[in-house]
Amino acid sequence: MTDVGIIGVGIHPFGRTEGRSGIDMGIYAVREALSDCNLNWEDVQFAYGGSDASGNADTMVKQLGLSGVQFVNVKNGCATGGSALYAVASTIKAGEYDIGLAVGFDKHPRGAFNPLPEEWGLPDWYGAQGYMLTTQFFAMKIKRYMFDFNISDLSLGRVSEKSFANAEHAEHAWRRNPVALEEIMESPMVNDPLRKYMFCSPAEGGVALILASEKKAREIGAPFIKLDAAIMRTRPQGSFEVFAPSIDNDIDGSATRLASQAAFELAGIGPEDFDLAQIQDTDAGTEIIHMAENGLCADGEQEQWLTEGKTLLNGQLPINTDGGCIACGEPIGASGLRQVYENVVQLRGQAGARQVQNDPRVAYSHVYGAPGVSAVTILRK
Amino acid sequence: MDQDITGDPPHLLVAEDGGYYLQGGHNEASGKYVFPLMGGDREFFQPVPLKREGTIWSFTVQRFRPKTPPYAGPDDFTPYLVAYVDLPGQLKVEARLVDIEEDDVEIGLPVELTVVPDINGAPGSVMHAFRPMVKGAA
Repeated sequence: MTDVGIIGVGIHPFGRTEGRSGIDMGIYAVREALSDCNLNWEDVQFAYGGSDASGNADTMVKQLGLSGVQFVNVKNGCATGGSALYAVASTIKAGEYDIGLAVGFDKHPRGAFNPLPEEWGLPDWYGAQGYMLTTQFFAMKIKRYMFDFNISDLSLGRVSEKSFANAEHAEHAWRRNPVALEEIMESPMVNDPLRKYMFCSPAEGGVALILASEKKAREIGAPFIKLDAAIMRTRPQGSFEVFAPSIDNDIDGSATRLASQAAFELAGIGPEDFDLAQIQDTDAGTEIIHMAENGLCADGEQEQWLTEGKTLLNGQLPINTDGGCIACGEPIGASGLRQVYENVVQLRGQAGARQVQNDPRVAYSHVYGAPGVSAVTILRK
Repeated sequence: MDQDITGDPPHLLVAEDGGYYLQGGHNEASGKYVFPLMGGDREFFQPVPLKREGTIWSFTVQRFRPKTPPYAGPDDFTPYLVAYVDLPGQLKVEARLVDIEEDDVEIGLPVELTVVPDINGAPGSVMHAFRPMVKGAA
C-alpha cells in the first residue's frame, strides 16, 4: 500500500467570529492549507468534509472553485473530522488518488449543547427530566474515577492551568489568558466536581488538511508528515459512555481503548514512542481519564504525573500543547482535525513559543464524543 | 396488574403491592440488563422489574438549567442531585436523588426508589428518583 501523509494544514482561529458562518471558516482553512503547500484548489482531486451543525461541506466549492471535484459530505458527530481524515487517507493508500482534502468546521450557539433524545435513541423523558447533559455524564464519570483511583480535586485544576498556559502561545486558541490554579479552584461549581474553568465550551472554527501519497509529496516538494494510523471506533458492550440512562454492572472497555489499541497495532508503535499527544479534554476530568484510556499512563498514575508536571510543554509527554478543547473550545466538526493540525505544526518545529523541545518525531491525537465514538491518529516525521 | 403510568415506552410502573418500580429488560442467555426498555430492545430483552434498593455509585449536582428543549422543567431553576444507582446483580441506573443534602451524599450510600412530582408540572404526574434508605423500613 502507498504511504500517506499530511502536506498542508490550515486553520480558522477557534472561538467566536461574529458575522462569519461556519462554512466560511472551513473555506478560510482550506485556502490556508492550500497556501501552506503551494497548491491550487484545482490540484485537489477529492475531498471529504463535514460539520455537525453548520451545513454541507461540499457547498464550499462555490467559493473555492467549480472544478468538478469529487466531494463527499461526512456527518459522524464528534468523529466527523476523524472520519473524513480516515476516508481521505484510505483512498490515497488504496492508490485511487494522490491528493485529497479533509475539512471540518462548525459554529455552535453559546451555552451547553442541547441534543434531543429521539436523535440518540432515547425516550423523551430522559431529556425532559434533565438528564440529557454531557457535562452531567462527564462529572459523574470523573467523580467515580477519582474515588476508584485516588485522584484529587487539585489535579483537575492542574489540567486546566496547563491548558490556559499553553494556549497563550497558540494563535488559533480561543482563551489565551493564563488562569492561576487558585482562581480555577475557586471558580463556580458547574457539575460537581467540575468547575467553570475546567470545562470547554461549544465554539466556532474550521480546520483543513491536505493529504498526499509520499511519492506525490516528493514530486511537488512538500514537507511530508506521515500518517501512520487513522482509526475510528464505536463503543463496546459494557462501556460507560455519554447519554447513558443505565450502565452495565461490569464496566469494561471503551470506544477510546478500542481505537487506541487498533492504532498502536496498525502503526507498530505505542505510547512509549510518543513525543507529544493531543487527547479529548471536554473537561479537565476527561483529560485525566483519557490519559489512561489511551494507554499513556496507568489508571491512577495521573495524580503523580500532574503533580510532577509530566504533561507540561517541557514535561516527559506534553499533552494538549495548544490548550486543547478547554482553551480552544469545541466546534464539533473541526475539533479532531485541530488536534492533527497542532501535531503537524509541532512535528515541523513551527510551534513557536509552545514548541515541544528535542525535535519531536511521533505525535498522537484522540477525539471522543457522543454516543461513545472515538477517532485517533498517529503522525510521524 | 401492572399499570403503565408514563406512556410509551413504560419505564415507571406500579406493582401489585401498590409500590412503584422501574421496568428494565433482561436477556437470560447473556445475563444482561437494560434500562429503559425501548421498543427495539424487546427482540432481545424480556421486561423485568428492577430492584428498588441499591447504593450510590457516582453522583453530581446539576447547577445550571438545561436548555429547553429537551428540558421540561420550570424557568425558575433549582439545582438538583443526579446519581448512578447500583442495583446489585442488575445494572446502574441514572436517577435524581431527593430528600438529602448535597454534602451528605457519598458513594456507597444505600438508597431506595421513590417518586416525586414530575417537573413538567402536569397534575398527578410523577417521575422516578431515589432517596436515602429509611432505616428499619421493609
